[in-house]
Amino acid sequence: MRQNHPSVETVAAWVLALLWLLPLAYSLWSAFHPAEYATRFDLTAPLTLDNFARAWRQAPFARYYLNTALLVTMVLAGQIVIATLAAYAFARFRFVGRDVLFALVLVQLMIMPDVLIVENYRVISWLNLLDTIPAIALPYMASAFGTFLLRQAFKSVPNELVEAARVEGASSFGVLWRVFVPLGKTTYIAFGLVSVSYHWNNFLWPLIVTNSVESRPLTVGLAVFGAPETGVDWSVITAATVMTMAPLLLAFLLFQRQFVQSFMRAGIR
Amino acid sequence: MVAAVMSAAAPGTARRRTWLTNVNAWLLLLPALVLLAAFTHYPILATLYHSFFSLGRSGPAEFVGLDNYTYMLEDDVFWQVLRNNLFFALATVPTSIALALLMAVWVDRKIAGRTFLRLAFFTPTVLPMIAVANIWLFFYTPDYGLLDQFLKSLGFSGHNWLGDPSTVMNCIAVMVVWKEAGFFMIFYLAALQTIPPELKEAAMVEGASRWYFFRRVTLPLLMPTTLFISINALINSFKLVDQLVIMTKGGPNNASSLLLYYIYEVAFTFWDTTYAATLTVTLITILAAVALTKFVYLDRRIHYQ
Repeated sequence: MRQNHPSVETVAAWVLALLWLLPLAYSLWSAFHPAEYATRFDLTAPLTLDNFARAWRQAPFARYYLNTALLVTMVLAGQIVIATLAAYAFARFRFVGRDVLFALVLVQLMIMPDVLIVENYRVISWLNLLDTIPAIALPYMASAFGTFLLRQAFKSVPNELVEAARVEGASSFGVLWRVFVPLGKTTYIAFGLVSVSYHWNNFLWPLIVTNSVESRPLTVGLAVFGAPETGVDWSVITAATVMTMAPLLLAFLLFQRQFVQSFMRAGIR
Repeated sequence: MVAAVMSAAAPGTARRRTWLTNVNAWLLLLPALVLLAAFTHYPILATLYHSFFSLGRSGPAEFVGLDNYTYMLEDDVFWQVLRNNLFFALATVPTSIALALLMAVWVDRKIAGRTFLRLAFFTPTVLPMIAVANIWLFFYTPDYGLLDQFLKSLGFSGHNWLGDPSTVMNCIAVMVVWKEAGFFMIFYLAALQTIPPELKEAAMVEGASRWYFFRRVTLPLLMPTTLFISINALINSFKLVDQLVIMTKGGPNNASSLLLYYIYEVAFTFWDTTYAATLTVTLITILAAVALTKFVYLDRRIHYQ
């Protein structure tokens, strides 16, 4: 019976979806049109890249891109190496204090570095790292979340594979590298996408520890650029906003399935 | 580094092997433990420690017992941000869950343009909060902003949405719901796909309506997912404050400030780090309570085998 008139629900779903896309669509409209069309929706309005050119000229966005790229790479590389080693130990070794240590790692899932800003600032300043990219990355380098995900993945590796590698004379590092790492591929992709998205978008901590163009990531650069007191044109600010979102948004549009699956896998744990 | 994988235990050299295994495991864990100690464990303990001391702007910091806590309990702004945070959680968590469920039910079915719908709902998740705040800030700008222009075209008058204490929290809540609902949708979607189709067929045969089936079968089966999402959304409402930096700076008159934003202000605008530590102890306590609830009611049963 329902099949005859599914349209009410379909229409409702489409209305909500269009509403959901509206903010994004609007920011694209405003970024690609001259300022006088910022709130006038005229299909004949001329397209322009002028807003992007002006944003690019008025703030060192090239440097911000570089900083964010460096930050994201540094965090991800560190997290993967450190979490792999830790997850291997937790999944495959029986040792004194294992449960206590695992509980200590899980503390970070509960109380994330995001809320420990006051004391982490002290630690970073004690290390003499204020206003550097490593300062942004360090509190996130040991990821309880990554360790947890990889431990789950490593636990499901069949013992026969480990035995076979050992018979061939592989050391414990050899086993890790040749058996566990390749089998953890989907987990690595899931964790990698979530981590890159998180750190590309992260804002409060970088805002606190950076203070110069040389270390500021894109998000902080955008906030500094768009601050109302700078009096920059609205259309130019949206262009800068679009520039900040663009790489991740494009990656998402290209690899939708992987993104959704990764976020899901990572969230469900 | 040899002979450390626990599956290969030979009785003869057992003791030496156990010792090696221990050393190996601890070495593997060393980098993670050092970093966690420096940026999670030590900061938690230091927060607690510093909350018992005076700031020592003139002279050395002194032990002041519970003075900072007494001050906190008498601080009107503290109570206001706590109330705000509670309101913010109540405004965003149920709404985003309801919307997420609705979206998931829609895209789970053979609906026209399913891929597009899913894309539209999920996209806000991958955008930086700071960019999102920039866009919505313009929506809410008085007179010139999109919302006011739209209202004016309908004959209503403009309103200073973010400048009015009675509307500012709702405006921010709407934006956060928009950003989060699609993220929660995917968990419902995953859960919906695990419901065996036979259940639905059986219900059809029995003549159950779709709504009845949803209420009596789907919803109860989704309960663990709902709990999981609620807790995650609750935690997010305490740790996500990026938007305030751009949109309101906690104003007007702290009407939109949240606990973490207040900590940020106290620590890095007023540089009162001991009071910020005291406030952080409160935040840590809240987060720990939420996490323990999650562990007791959820993880033990569902996520940790």
